[in-house]
Order: sequence, then C-alpha cells, then structure tokens
Amino acid sequence: MHFKKRPSWDTLKSSDITPESVFNDRRNIIKALGLGAVGASIPGQVQAGIFDLFGENKPSVPFITSPLAFTVNTGFEVNEAKTPFEKVIRHNNFYEFGTDKSDPAENAQDFKVDPWTLVIDGEVDHPITLGLDDLTKMMALEERTYRLRCVEAWSMVIPWVGFPLASLLKKAGLTSKAKYVAFETLFDPEQMPGQKSRLMGGGIHYPYVEGLTIAEAMNDLSFLAVGLYGKSLPPQNGAPIRLVVPWKYGFKSIKSLVRIRVMDKRPPTSWNQLAPQEYGFYANVNPDVDHPRWSQASERRIGEGGLFSAKRIKTLPFNGYEEQVSGLYQGLNLTKNF
Amino acid sequence: MRLTMKHLFWLKVAIHSIAILPVAYLILLILSDQAGGDPVQFIIHYTGIGALNTLIVLLAISPIARKFKQGVLIQTRRVVGLYVFAYASLHIFAFISLDLLFEWSLLIEEVLKRPYILVGALAYIILFALSITSFKVIRRKMGKRWQQLHNLVYLVAILVPIHFYWSVKSEVIEPSIYILVTSSLLLIRLPLYKFYQTILANKFKSKSTS
Repeated sequence: MHFKKRPSWDTLKSSDITPESVFNDRRNIIKALGLGAVGASIPGQVQAGIFDLFGENKPSVPFITSPLAFTVNTGFEVNEAKTPFEKVIRHNNFYEFGTDKSDPAENAQDFKVDPWTLVIDGEVDHPITLGLDDLTKMMALEERTYRLRCVEAWSMVIPWVGFPLASLLKKAGLTSKAKYVAFETLFDPEQMPGQKSRLMGGGIHYPYVEGLTIAEAMNDLSFLAVGLYGKSLPPQNGAPIRLVVPWKYGFKSIKSLVRIRVMDKRPPTSWNQLAPQEYGFYANVNPDVDHPRWSQASERRIGEGGLFSAKRIKTLPFNGYEEQVSGLYQGLNLTKNF
Repeated sequence: MRLTMKHLFWLKVAIHSIAILPVAYLILLILSDQAGGDPVQFIIHYTGIGALNTLIVLLAISPIARKFKQGVLIQTRRVVGLYVFAYASLHIFAFISLDLLFEWSLLIEEVLKRPYILVGALAYIILFALSITSFKVIRRKMGKRWQQLHNLVYLVAILVPIHFYWSVKSEVIEPSIYILVTSSLLLIRLPLYKFYQTILANKFKSKSTS
C-alpha cells in the first residue's frame, strides 16, 4: 500500500483552526487580556497597522445624518455657551458600543437605523407602532437647548431637536392604571459589541432600561430627541430617537429607543440594578447628595475652546430646572430617594 | 548573553526613550485635537495608566534580573522608579490644573470625599519620599533605614490598582487585570512562594540524579 506523505506545511489539525467566533471577537479578546492598555500607549497609526494585519477594516464612512425641519422653541434656551458639535459627538457614554468615551464615536458609525420600530404600549388606550419616518414626520419638531449633567460630574449644553414625550403619550391615551413609564434600548449584540458580553459592556444587563414616574414623563421638560444641532442624531448620541430629561443625571436619558411601555408599577432601571447604593431610580441632579465615591457639588463644563479653557461651575439643584420640576417631588425625601 | 556595565548606558538610553515617547505622543494628540471630545479626562487617564504601566515594569525588573541572571538590570530600577514618579506627577498636575482648575478648597474636599483619591494621594506621597531619597548620598546616609523606606514601593503596588479600580463607574475589566498583574508580581516575592519553589526544584534535582 502506498501512503502519501503529508507535506510539511500540512500539519494543521482541525482543532488548530481558530473558531470563527473567536476570530471575529479578537479585538474584544485582546482588550480583555489587558492588552488594550498596551495598545493605548501605541501611536494610532502604528496601532492601525497592527490591526490591519488582522484584516480589521475600520468604518471609513461616518454615519449619514440629515437636516431636519423644525422651529426653535425660545422657551427653552440656555444663557450659556453651547458645547461645540464636535465635542458632543465625540465624548459619549453609550456602553453598548464600548465603555471608553471615544468608543461610541468609533464603533457606532455602521449602526443601522433603517428599518426602525418604536412601540408605545402597556397602559394606553391605543398602542402605537412608529417606523423611522414616523419619528420625524408624525410630530411637529422643535429645537430646545438643554443642559446635560453626567453623574460623573461633567456637563454640556446641547441644542436638541424633537418633541415633548407628553404629546406622544397623549396620542396613545393613558389608562387610569398609568403610574410609570418604562423605556428600552435596542438589543442587537451583532451591532452593539458591548451587549455581546456582560463584561465588555461595563457589567450592565442588556437591554438597557430606564423609567420615569407618569408625572415626570408628562412634565413639559421630558423630551424625545431625534436630532441635535439641526440634524438627525448620530448613532453615538442615540439614533434614531432618545429620551432627554435634563434635570436628571445623563444615564436617565436613554438612547436608541425601541419601546416605551406605560406601567402600573415601577420598572427596573439599568444603573440602579447594577449598583443600587450608587444610582437611584430618581437620579435627580442634586449638589447636596454626593455619589458615594465622589462629590456632586460642582461639575466641569465641556464648552468651547481648547484644553485650557475648561470651566468648573457649581452644580445647580435639578440642574437648574428647579422651577419646572420641584413640584413633582413635594414631600419626598430627596436624600433617601436619590 | 549576559548584560554588563558596558551595556548599562545603552540600556538607560532605551529606557529614557521608551518612557518619554508616550508623553511626546500625548502632546501630539492634544495639539492635533485627537485627544477625544474631552481632552481633560483623556490626559488624566493617559498619564495615570502611564504611571501604572511603568510601576509594573519596575516591579518586574528584579524577578527578571534574578531569573535570567542579569544583575545589571538591578541598576535600572532607580531610573524606572523615577519615571513612575514623573508620570504620577503629570497625572496629579493634570487633575489639579485641568480638572479642578487650581481650586485648592475643592482639592481638599475632593480628597476627603473621594476615598479613591485619598488612596492615590497616599501612594503619591510614598513615591515622592522614595524619589527624593533615591540619591546615592542620601542612600548612604540613611543606612539600613533606606531599604525599609524603599520597601514601601510594595505598598504603592497595592494602593495604585485599588485607586484605579475604585475610580471607574463600572468598567472593571482593565483595573481587575492590573490588580491581578501587580498581585502576582508581589506574590512571587513572598518567602513562602520562594520556599516552595526551592522544594520543587530540589525534588526535581534528586529525581533526575537518581
């Protein structure tokens, strides 16, 4: 019998082949091994070169946003310099796309918002299902400039385009059992790398969920944004539709909404689930109630100008919206209900 | 190849280059507006990680020198240690100047309110003490006490990863890896570990000779 000798290069066993899932996940694996820190100290071009060896193709085309038709609501203007667009779209907490502030801008550009479905259901008279076009066409759009205060003690001033949450809820019609409103972000691990593994996404149990009391949701300040700086939302800022509740810490303003469910009891909320002693259900901006690990008395405003034009300002109760919302919390101990 | 004193000069040149390069790169990033949407946070994090990475290199020198019988490497510990201090100084200066904008009352408040800053500050005070006593003259003058003082670097290696872990909102993977790496570098120094190692080595020897 004649045996063909294996050529010297044919020594790979099938078990030697890297499974496809591992291959596709190599960047996260490298990160998990702590090599992210090594990578961080390598110049960008060199780093790009290293990852090019693996055939990593970075999105070269940024997500396409489009101009929106809207009126400016002069009732919601902020007498402070706006945070420049470039900073608003490059400094984001959106753990679905990575936990670094620069990760969402880097990893979200291929995000698909078409088709999109937003469902409004639960304790409503007429459940509503909205498609992508409905989000910008069903309601009259307006621009409102709001302060945004992150729980990490930095802040921005952003001109949003959208419509009041209350007008959408009124359209659906609330039943007598409507006590709370629950919000849910898209769950799509294929598009959102942070959802693939609990550790990559900062330990959050996805999909990201948030909630408001019905009184908070019906307050005129509660806003559903579909754009910023006059154009539709970039994915890192929560495309195609997100909540903006400016008197609460930023993590309440949930992004990329697929569901708004009116409920008769308080819904779970993501950061509260993760660390209840640090993040409450209300999460109202409050300079007198510190985070257990840092002070909330002041904030660094991310504004115009370069590195040396940073400003530190005093944090205001309810982020400066006390007049509009303090009535919602009468008789409530805000230190206990943080 | 056994490194000798002749190589020490070039070794130090390499250390200086590797240590300074990331700072030059950071400056380049800032000037070209590539340091993220919030350069302040970026710089503070970058220099902090720089200090931590350098600390790990520092802790690895002695075990490597021993394992590969490269005694000359021991001579590089001072310069590497000073770079840990330099990066930590940049880290703290960036925090005080760019984040707190020199509001000293705020600094005191923050140090007291944020336990992780207290931990970091303690580590920095130790690094400062080690740096100013790193000169040969002082070393000689201090005698035995010098080594006792400089053993505090092990305390720094415990405090700094805790400082990092404690400071993050929830993204604990990276800090956990640092805790793992620094604790392994500390564990291999424990007499107990060395004791077991010699036992194992002896067993292996007696088996192979019998």
